[in-house]
Amino acid sequence: MQSWIPLIPDSASTFSWKVDALYFYLSGVTVFFTLLISAVLIFFTIRYRRRSPYEIPRPIAGSHKLETLWTVIPFVISMTMFGWGAQLYFEQYKPPPNAIEVYVVGKQWMWKLQHATGQREINELHVPVGRKIKLIMTSEDVIHDVFIPAFRTKADVVPGRYTTLWFEATKPGKYHLFCAEYCGMNHSGMTGSVYVMEAREFDNWLSGNVGNVTPAAAGQQLYQTLGCASCHGANGEGGRGPTLVGLFGRQTPLEGGQSVRADEAYIKESILNPQAKIVAGFQPIMPTFQGQVSEDQIIQLIAFIKSLPGGTASPGASPAAGTPAQSPAASGSPTQNIR
Amino acid sequence: MQPIESFEVPAPSKVNYINAQYGLKSWLLTKDHKRIALLYLASITFFFFIGGIYALMIRLELLTPQGDFLQSTTYNKVFTQHGIIMVFFFLIPSIPATLGNFLIPMMIGAKDLAFPRINLLSWYVYLVGGLITIYALLAGGVDTGWTFYTPFSTTFSNSYVVATGLGIFINGFSSILTGLNFIVTIHTMRAPGMTWFRMPLFLWSHYATSLIMILGTPVIAITILLLAFERVAGVGIFDPELGGDPILFQHLFWFYSHPAVYIMVLPGMGVISELVANFSRKNIFGYSFVAFSSIAIAVFGFLVWGHHMFVTPQSVYAGMIFSFLSFAVAIPSAIKVFNWTATLYKSSISYDTPMLYALGFIGLFTIGGMTGLFLASLATDVHLSDTYFVVAHFHYIMVGGTLMAYMGGLHYWWPKITGRMYPEGWGRFSALVIFVGFNLTFLPQFIAGYLGMPRRYHAYPPEFQVFNVLSTAGASILGFGMLIPAIYFVWSMRYGRHAEPNPWHLPGLEWRTQSPPPTENFEVTPIVTWEAYEFAPPEETEVVGRFGPELERT
Repeated sequence: MQSWIPLIPDSASTFSWKVDALYFYLSGVTVFFTLLISAVLIFFTIRYRRRSPYEIPRPIAGSHKLETLWTVIPFVISMTMFGWGAQLYFEQYKPPPNAIEVYVVGKQWMWKLQHATGQREINELHVPVGRKIKLIMTSEDVIHDVFIPAFRTKADVVPGRYTTLWFEATKPGKYHLFCAEYCGMNHSGMTGSVYVMEAREFDNWLSGNVGNVTPAAAGQQLYQTLGCASCHGANGEGGRGPTLVGLFGRQTPLEGGQSVRADEAYIKESILNPQAKIVAGFQPIMPTFQGQVSEDQIIQLIAFIKSLPGGTASPGASPAAGTPAQSPAASGSPTQNIR
Repeated sequence: MQPIESFEVPAPSKVNYINAQYGLKSWLLTKDHKRIALLYLASITFFFFIGGIYALMIRLELLTPQGDFLQSTTYNKVFTQHGIIMVFFFLIPSIPATLGNFLIPMMIGAKDLAFPRINLLSWYVYLVGGLITIYALLAGGVDTGWTFYTPFSTTFSNSYVVATGLGIFINGFSSILTGLNFIVTIHTMRAPGMTWFRMPLFLWSHYATSLIMILGTPVIAITILLLAFERVAGVGIFDPELGGDPILFQHLFWFYSHPAVYIMVLPGMGVISELVANFSRKNIFGYSFVAFSSIAIAVFGFLVWGHHMFVTPQSVYAGMIFSFLSFAVAIPSAIKVFNWTATLYKSSISYDTPMLYALGFIGLFTIGGMTGLFLASLATDVHLSDTYFVVAHFHYIMVGGTLMAYMGGLHYWWPKITGRMYPEGWGRFSALVIFVGFNLTFLPQFIAGYLGMPRRYHAYPPEFQVFNVLSTAGASILGFGMLIPAIYFVWSMRYGRHAEPNPWHLPGLEWRTQSPPPTENFEVTPIVTWEAYEFAPPEETEVVGRFGPELERT
């Protein structure tokens, strides 16, 4: 138990000190100007207090030079804040290519997480220290938000979309995981812990949770039971429906001449609302699977499609470097490997 | 020098706007802007009281880390309703509908607003909106947060979302009507000689506010309507299950609700310009910069809504542009603070209650504005958004800013409004108590926020308790401080010392008629031959230091 009151939270990621540095800069400027204004106000208030009820001070002309001065100085200072903040933000939201992926599904009022190796967790996330971790997140119901103060990062978890969040933990320990977007009755109970472990410990933890099916393997199972194989081929090679081999991350031509990048959001849409985007040369004959598959199962199907040969990885493959992400905004970059 | 006592004021007459007519009907059917201002004053005080009780319940719950005082469903409704009541039914109408309504015609030398019937209509519209909202609260309340984020509000919440939305929807029209009335009045009803640049800055800030009211409010109406379509008829607009986009709602909501922040704070800035100039007997330094900064805030305020959405899947490039514009919109506010401060140089500062509130405002608004930069800056906002840092920041603007200005303005014009003086000693004492209580409530929340305490949490990890105990203690002091003026204002209406027409010895038009004013405000239409805040003849104007000699006023 600490006997003193901390002013900043635990620092446990590569962002922590960078965000803290900007925070200290902003705090410094804020304290400086607040003290400056207050000191001048107090000085004037005392120095120029009314000494007689009939006293009339002389009017004062304005000064364009002074006005320019106190327009330009705050503007320049604020632009340094803007530039620094924007540069760091790009880093925060641009997932690195070679990150370990963890799938996150938020629902009222719990977090369901699954590692690419199959381990499932509820309201807990175990990660190794010194490795880049990327969360691929969606929600089953309302908007939630993954917030890990010790890592100085957060991102909304939005139904109908996949969002990502990445970090690299630097210090083993147990840290808060909060839902930061108000989500209803038990919002404040939608909390958990992030356990940052040394690499060896993490491997032990992984091996202690054997017997799990990887998301890609589970997806393959679903692919068969849902009857996808009858049109897309037993191994996704295609047939009446377009091929799924090598689909993920590829630019796919659509009927009508447009094309779309096959990311998580596109695949999900094609499962739930197949008529929305028809691949060029195919008939709109696929039935909707709305209501038949859960968010977890959609993630497994996506993992399966990603794992097909010609895609960027295979089920349970060992870590391999991918290509750099195209855009930090695109939640489904073509490089989301399955490990 | 011209002794201010010598301003000519008509001989006091027994008849004024309060005693010109008697009976409930004479109030409920009045077309007098001053009476309508009082109707508004009574109604927003009522809503402020309800919102204050909710605030007290929030602070009591958060005294301990466990959720032990309220159940989570109740707590969620309490903070939602605190926000809705305070934002839509107190802060937005607060200064414009009371002080603005009362003073805009008086400050420009007019008999009334341009559309007196529409003015009365706007109060009834406000009342209907307010009563529907009260009905929703009594029927079972609403638990969506004042932000009504979808799809929680459209699909998942089991509370009275549509009824509350209807109340806010209707209330919006009162805002639009008030804004329209102010703009037309300021354009067409100024007395001879009252040029735009002779207008007190209170009028400039109300003009800017009115622009936002009529341009922004329709958007919240549309948003609420779409929300109701989805919730009631299942039309897919925001819920992805129905083919909608939940982020679209946030864009629409903040397109109004960010400018609405300026609806709340711009009139406060107008009040502060009046207080600073008049209680230091000095013309405002850089009058035209302060005037145009209000317009700049109104215009640029419409372009920054995306800074509420830096952690949503909004494009990072959009985020960057919104961040840049948010920093840009901070500059006009900084200009105001510097000019208010410079006005005090070589002035004659009185320590009367309104000035204490004005000085408090400048300090607190500086903190509120500067902490806004933490949230405009992208990387720090990622960590801080939806934490108590945000709560502390906007309370510094809304309470430290708007409420301080409102209280200052109410004390300042109280003698004009009621014809009675409030007790000065109690006024100063309560201003001090409110200042201390406010800071104790909200300063610790900045730290709790950076430490990671999320907002809208009914229960929280124990390490945040120390900050919450401080906040609750501060809130108790703040609540006590607010009770004192509530008591002495009511007391002074009957027992206060009679006010002279010009108790502060000021040159403004509203002080050149009796207190309380007659129904038609002025016996004869005034002809304005002086500048705003002209305490001494302009020939005596001094050019200070190495800066100059550019005379702004000719």
